[in-house]
Amino acid sequence: MEEYAVIVDNITMKFNLSTEKVDSLKEHFVKFLKRQNSNEDFYALKNISFKIPKGEPFAIIGGNGSGKSTLLKLISGIYKPTEGAITVNGSIAPLIELGAGFDPDLTARENVYLNGAVLGYSRRFMEQSFKDIIDFAELWEFVDVPVKNYSSGMYARLGFAIATIVKPEILIVDEILSVGDVSFQKKCEQKMNDLLSRGMTLILVSHDIEQVKKMCSKAIWLNRGMLIEYGDVDTVCSRYMQNS
Amino acid sequence: MMPYIIKFWKYRELLYQLVIRDLRVKYRRSVLGYAWSLLNPLLMMAVISIVFSYMFRFEIDNYPMYLLTGLILYNFFNEATTLSMSSIINGGSLIRKVSLPKYIFPLSRTVSSFINLLFSLVAIIIMFAITWTPISWTIIFFPLPLIYLFIFALGAGMILSVLSVYYRDIMHLYGVILTAWMYLTPIFYPAHILPELPRALMKFNPLFHYIAVFREVVLYGQVPTLRSNLVCLAFSITSLLVGLYVFKKAQDKFVLYL
Repeated sequence: MEEYAVIVDNITMKFNLSTEKVDSLKEHFVKFLKRQNSNEDFYALKNISFKIPKGEPFAIIGGNGSGKSTLLKLISGIYKPTEGAITVNGSIAPLIELGAGFDPDLTARENVYLNGAVLGYSRRFMEQSFKDIIDFAELWEFVDVPVKNYSSGMYARLGFAIATIVKPEILIVDEILSVGDVSFQKKCEQKMNDLLSRGMTLILVSHDIEQVKKMCSKAIWLNRGMLIEYGDVDTVCSRYMQNS
Repeated sequence: MMPYIIKFWKYRELLYQLVIRDLRVKYRRSVLGYAWSLLNPLLMMAVISIVFSYMFRFEIDNYPMYLLTGLILYNFFNEATTLSMSSIINGGSLIRKVSLPKYIFPLSRTVSSFINLLFSLVAIIIMFAITWTPISWTIIFFPLPLIYLFIFALGAGMILSVLSVYYRDIMHLYGVILTAWMYLTPIFYPAHILPELPRALMKFNPLFHYIAVFREVVLYGQVPTLRSNLVCLAFSITSLLVGLYVFKKAQDKFVLYL
């Protein structure tokens, strides 16, 4: 068995701001006539390397625009890095946002199956887990209501319930716990602790330093695409607090 | 190859769900629902047969059937490629947030259009009954041209879905191309009335071959020759290979443009 769940090896993620704005033939043609050179490179992440050990709760902290979400998208395979390589050992719940695959016009029941399909789970598995999902999300009352009528808390609850039903080896959690109420936050923390005790790797992105300290053992701190600090959660957090 | 098959198998449920959703969306809030798949080509056939029986006359036996067979195949190609073209853009909210095989979007659109095509085959059966056209045993070959056309449309749809991500105005242009393509394909006129040059160029029109083979087996009781099968297959395979190649090259960058 590998020692690390995720190995991030010297990755750089570059966005070209100007070409990604152009999306029609007409604009390409105009640009060609004007002979514009497009050199508006933006480095969302620069030379980042770190390793996440298996079965450990790991935090990514940093201010807005520091590259946290880009890093998550790279780890979950939505983006491919411009340079460098990422190795992921184990199944990953490929969710960046809870309820990402929801169709607002469908009911919770239909969305559970759709979302399960998006995550690549079989129908039979979803049928077996359906009761557990709705139990956990506490949504039996609203199970046949289209999710567009849900509150954001209900949305997040359903999303979290689906994402954790599979017992993924790696779970990525991006700022979601701020949505639900206190009792649901507790429930989520309990569920994550439960999964952690079974050897799951948790990657948590949060602004909430207290929560990070409570849940995680290692952390990295990103600022403007650079890795500032990497190591023990208390050291990283205290340096982050001092500098912001 | 094996990892691709395993991944496809893993996501079969997603394909199924997307196809069901496409079909539901298409007939949402319509009273007649799936009957439209059947009524649409029949009504089109009625209108065009009336127009062409009075205005221009072509020497074609059983003109309504000739027309219907061509229309149904062309309609499938039109629908499948048009829907596939916008499939990646419409799937953007998923592609930006979840890692999944992206070819599933054009594939699901092509499959759902193909299911519509199967529904509209009932229109052909109805016309067989109404016009008392004799049915030949060669009709058992009818899936062949349909499968060729499916593969061709899938490849074309993949190419278009990639193009439309980078150049959104392709969508408007493609509508014009489709109209031109329809008039350049012998759907409502016989191929032999064409002047020499366009008739020679017809060899390069894949839709011409698929429709010709379909008419041979359904209407004319002919077994398609090996040669025409190979021609059809060559177009289909080329389209699919080019589609897969273009798609594979572009798919990692989609997400930046959506």
